[in-house]
Amino acid sequence: MAQLNMVKALNLALREALAEDDRVVLLGQDIGQDEGVFRVTESLLKEFGPKRVIDTPLAEGAIVGGGIGLALYGLRPVCEMQFSGFAHQAYHQIENHMSRFRNRTRGRFTLPMVIRMPYGGGIRAVEHHSESREAVYAHTPGLYMVIPSTPRNARALLLESIRHPDPVIFFEPKAVYRAFREDLPDEPETMPLGKAQVVCEGSDLTLISYGAMMRPTLEAADDLASEDGSSVEVLDLLTVSPIDTEAITASIRKTGRAVVVHEGPRRCGIGAEVMARIMETSLEYLEAPVRRITGYDVQFPYFAREQLFLPGPQRIVHAAREVLAY
Amino acid sequence: MPRKRITIRPTVEYLSILNETGDLDEALDPGLDADRCLYLYRLMVLTRRLDERCINLQRQGRIGTYGPSRGEEAAHCASAIVLEPQDWLVPAFRQPGALIHRGWPEEHAMLFWGGFEEGCRTPDGVNDLPLNVPIASQVPHAMGIAWGMKLRHDPHGVIVYLGDGATSEGDFHEAMNFAGVYHLPLVVFVQNNHWAISLPLSAQTASETIAQKALAYGFSGIQVDGNDALAVYVATREAFERARSGGGPTLIEAVTYRMSVHTTADDPTKYRSDDEVQAWEKRDPIARFERYLRGRKLLNDELVREIEDDVQERVRAAVERYEGYRDRIDPLDCFKYMYADLPAELVAQREEFRQAIEREAR
Repeated sequence: MAQLNMVKALNLALREALAEDDRVVLLGQDIGQDEGVFRVTESLLKEFGPKRVIDTPLAEGAIVGGGIGLALYGLRPVCEMQFSGFAHQAYHQIENHMSRFRNRTRGRFTLPMVIRMPYGGGIRAVEHHSESREAVYAHTPGLYMVIPSTPRNARALLLESIRHPDPVIFFEPKAVYRAFREDLPDEPETMPLGKAQVVCEGSDLTLISYGAMMRPTLEAADDLASEDGSSVEVLDLLTVSPIDTEAITASIRKTGRAVVVHEGPRRCGIGAEVMARIMETSLEYLEAPVRRITGYDVQFPYFAREQLFLPGPQRIVHAAREVLAY
Repeated sequence: MPRKRITIRPTVEYLSILNETGDLDEALDPGLDADRCLYLYRLMVLTRRLDERCINLQRQGRIGTYGPSRGEEAAHCASAIVLEPQDWLVPAFRQPGALIHRGWPEEHAMLFWGGFEEGCRTPDGVNDLPLNVPIASQVPHAMGIAWGMKLRHDPHGVIVYLGDGATSEGDFHEAMNFAGVYHLPLVVFVQNNHWAISLPLSAQTASETIAQKALAYGFSGIQVDGNDALAVYVATREAFERARSGGGPTLIEAVTYRMSVHTTADDPTKYRSDDEVQAWEKRDPIARFERYLRGRKLLNDELVREIEDDVQERVRAAVERYEGYRDRIDPLDCFKYMYADLPAELVAQREEFRQAIEREAR
């Protein structure tokens, strides 16, 4: 059992993946000698050498496009985008190729590969370094879109993603990177993709979130319990594509009320998808309209304004109280 | 801290072995044996006849929009025959002969342009990627495969085909740069057919040649007469020798001409003159190679007829197989290959689709 923060937990998963399968290679900018701008790849170059941990030239399209070629050849690339805001330069490779190879070749070629990228706001970063665009990838058929929220599930989900036969976009909540530590088992641990997790059980209301927003969401649940005596269930989606409809349905049918929380834009966001599924499966169980607490449909502000912009516990508590009082 | 000149050596080779009139530079003749020569000739003729047939199929509404390869047979066929089975081939979408040589069924292009994903189903045991429609985005894939070879000490190489227009894309630059940096066993084969739909080469790049672009990435480039099967063969063979022996990448610019439309949805009379097309007609790669083979007494009228008959039969059989696919469509297949394990939400959507089809069929 080791107490690790998320950076160390991700580092552990990468080390475990490199050690267990010699087809695994890491590609990215500054991941070798520099050990990653967030140090997620710390000491991996030293341990596994430059044929497994590869510093690439600065070109997101070629990191992903070349990663596709490596996967076609039989390796298992784990590509790092230094920030999710720059992954758009690789998006055509993701949409036109990475997501499609299995289908268009009728299963002849598959792409067991992962693209890791830090996402989200809250760390006083410069422009283009704070966005949450998980909905873009969730809207792209053929991908898994995974977002851990704690060190332990980050390690388990990353290891599972690397072992997975299909391409995975793996968002890392950089606001959580060093925010807290968690006990991790010594043995490699995985969690299935596509499964949500009930983080705490309750009967009055379901809060549904993922990634960095899990922390304010859990804080809101605590506040609602201690201040109002409300029994709040919290669901961590963990994979936002495909979405665990079953888990959402089970929780909603129990509580009849929900608030969905994410920092990405509201329009066509994950919250909209979750609400649509609740409508489809559980309308007659609802006691109140489902609410969304999300980023607004504007560009993510520069960091002087970001703490006010990002959804926090108070905003979630306010919406939850309205839903509970409906 | 002086202000001085940095000397670079901006030279690229040009190679032509068989000129427009079929005259041979004997010193450069690779001396391909008779079987190889006739194999290549037959492949090019087959490619041409399939191409003509596909245009007809499109006009008859039996396939959709089609992108022809007329005039570019020497460029892609004579290069592809250099490869060993363990080498990889990454096409764009004007290399049908190359894929047939590698073991794809003759009808693969009909299937693709006819709207069947099966046209992209690489046959088992064949190291090729399927046709690629987005421009230049296949070049990074080829680079990645070559990268894998390098990491795994695999003594083979990868050829990737693209057009002149593709050299303007960012993916071309990024893949060329990686190939140079990692010294990869990659042969970047540009079928410079002078036109990217309506944009002429002169408006595509200010470079005098495309071959010279290789120099900026730290490897060599060569320009060849792309309608000269022998020059294409020699340049590709040298590039693969270099690749397989750790000598790094090569850019080959094969100067050829798009004798036909960009696709059947295109009308080239809007942007280019008949005179230009007619001038290139004289440089036809198949006629030129035929003259060479007749000169070597490898080909005569009788054999030409025999090859034509054989090719026509293969085309007929390919069309027949293609037409047979229509009866084998299962619309639910669109779910079949999406994921290794179909997620629950897609299982539900597949069932919804199945019921809709059943309802609508009633």
